[in-house]
Amino acid sequence: MPSKIDEAQVRHIAHLARLKLTDEEVSSFREQLSSILEYVEKLGEVNTDGVEPTAHAIAVCNVFRDDVPGTSLTPDQALANAPAKDAPFFKVPKVLEQETA
Amino acid sequence: MSATAVERVSLALRRIREHDAMLKCVIHTLDESATQRARLLDTAPPTPASPLFGAPVAVKDNICTTDGLTTCGSKILANFKSPYDAHVIERLRDAGAVIVAKTNLDEFAMGSSTENSAFFSTRNPWDPERVPGGSSGGSIVAVAARLVPYALGSETGGSIRQPASFCGVTGLKPTYGRVSRFGLVAFASSLDQIGPVAVDARGVARLLRIIAGRDPRDSTSVDEPVPDYEAMLDEPTGKLRIGYAKEYFGEGLHPETRRVVEAAMEMYRKLGAEVFEISLPHSAYTIACYYLICTAEASSNLARFDGVRYGHRTAEPADYIDMYSATRDEGFGSEVKRRIMLGTYALSSGYYDAYYLKALKVRTLIKNDFLEAFKKCDVILSPTTPTPAFKLGEKSDNPLEMYLADIYNCAANLAGIPAISIPCGFTDAGLPVGLQLMAPHFAEARLLQAAHAYQQATDFHARRPPICAE
Repeated sequence: MPSKIDEAQVRHIAHLARLKLTDEEVSSFREQLSSILEYVEKLGEVNTDGVEPTAHAIAVCNVFRDDVPGTSLTPDQALANAPAKDAPFFKVPKVLEQETA
Repeated sequence: MSATAVERVSLALRRIREHDAMLKCVIHTLDESATQRARLLDTAPPTPASPLFGAPVAVKDNICTTDGLTTCGSKILANFKSPYDAHVIERLRDAGAVIVAKTNLDEFAMGSSTENSAFFSTRNPWDPERVPGGSSGGSIVAVAARLVPYALGSETGGSIRQPASFCGVTGLKPTYGRVSRFGLVAFASSLDQIGPVAVDARGVARLLRIIAGRDPRDSTSVDEPVPDYEAMLDEPTGKLRIGYAKEYFGEGLHPETRRVVEAAMEMYRKLGAEVFEISLPHSAYTIACYYLICTAEASSNLARFDGVRYGHRTAEPADYIDMYSATRDEGFGSEVKRRIMLGTYALSSGYYDAYYLKALKVRTLIKNDFLEAFKKCDVILSPTTPTPAFKLGEKSDNPLEMYLADIYNCAANLAGIPAISIPCGFTDAGLPVGLQLMAPHFAEARLLQAAHAYQQATDFHARRPPICAE
């Protein structure tokens, strides 16, 4: 049986998942994910025609509450674990490319 | 026997100091906050008197506590200090319990041996060369070695029951929605559930009553009355109808595990139960179904670890995309990456229907198997695990083989039903064997009664690992 997944696909998924992988990781994940995918392929044997999917085992729907303000984290608490901050903001690398003036 | 809270907490902290260098079940102890809280309890005991007054509790380190850190066994959260307490922590504190330690786990609860912790591997107290199981290995070992009387673990697919079986303690996975997940770091939200661990069914019942119940902060927690599980333990149950699932006694079941579990079935017959065969026809698809669903949910849940608001951030990112990717590469271990990859693949364009949607449909069939079986029996019995505890490193290189260690456990999570593991004997080499009982949604009281009846007639749960005997 051919491998379920090739290295280019592994790199594509890693990009979607925002994971930077080393070449060794790409190669071992290709092998391991292929064998896992081959295993889960057995679900294909099951006839699921007309079967509804189950997303939650205990169906609870439309849970409402009154819209009243409650206590929440203070800005200081929310920022306490930030790797970089400029209170009251989280600090991140530049997202939009600016044209140099 | 009315020890003060300070005495009980000091004893637990001392036992951890004495034994944890070898067992490595604790990521960090909470000496200072625990002692302080115990002193307060002694000064102003809760009214009415609580059965958990001054009780030391160990908590899996994926449950948020404002005391100490909450690391999830991951480098990415190595310094994370939660700004709030999980719902279960609030409930335990209100009941007079004291959190003394945060325990080791497979990173983000992803694993079956506690070897995937970014910090260290926990040892099985019955044989330090063997794994304790996982992912709640630390909490389970803390109880097995009698460092603490109570612990909290969490399950997504067997993470309480499987290690409870490997280490000879009693561990319960409640019905999905029985216990609030508020403050439990999410792995797979439709499967995750916090559960109690103790030496016996009585301890588990005591903890469950405290932590169960509706919490508006978890919209999937269910508004069902919480009975006094402990008071119900000795209530007569009538003739218990026990179905054993034939699919759980097939190929791959270790002969010694089979022998011990069959003896437990005999014991139930002696106790007056009716024991007969039932079938769960879709059992063979459990692991495939489980791994597609849990990885899909994990890939989405773990997107929050992006180096922006908390946790590790890479030192010199080239740009903002690189900040995410390099942060996650440095912060996550290989099993977490593997699951994020698998889940991302299963959800990606072109594969969604074939993998994720298919798995959700098979999940319906697995759940229906249980609904059908519970028309004939009150509880379903099986071994908790196909084998006793395996050796450290034995399955580390083969993720699929590791996944199969939970083959008897994941169906209860997919179906959302409660399930318990209780000690039911030992192999010739002295390794514990666990018996699993499963019941319909919200029938925890029935499970605990059945477990308690067995524990009244046997003493397997009371045996201590020789290295921790005192």
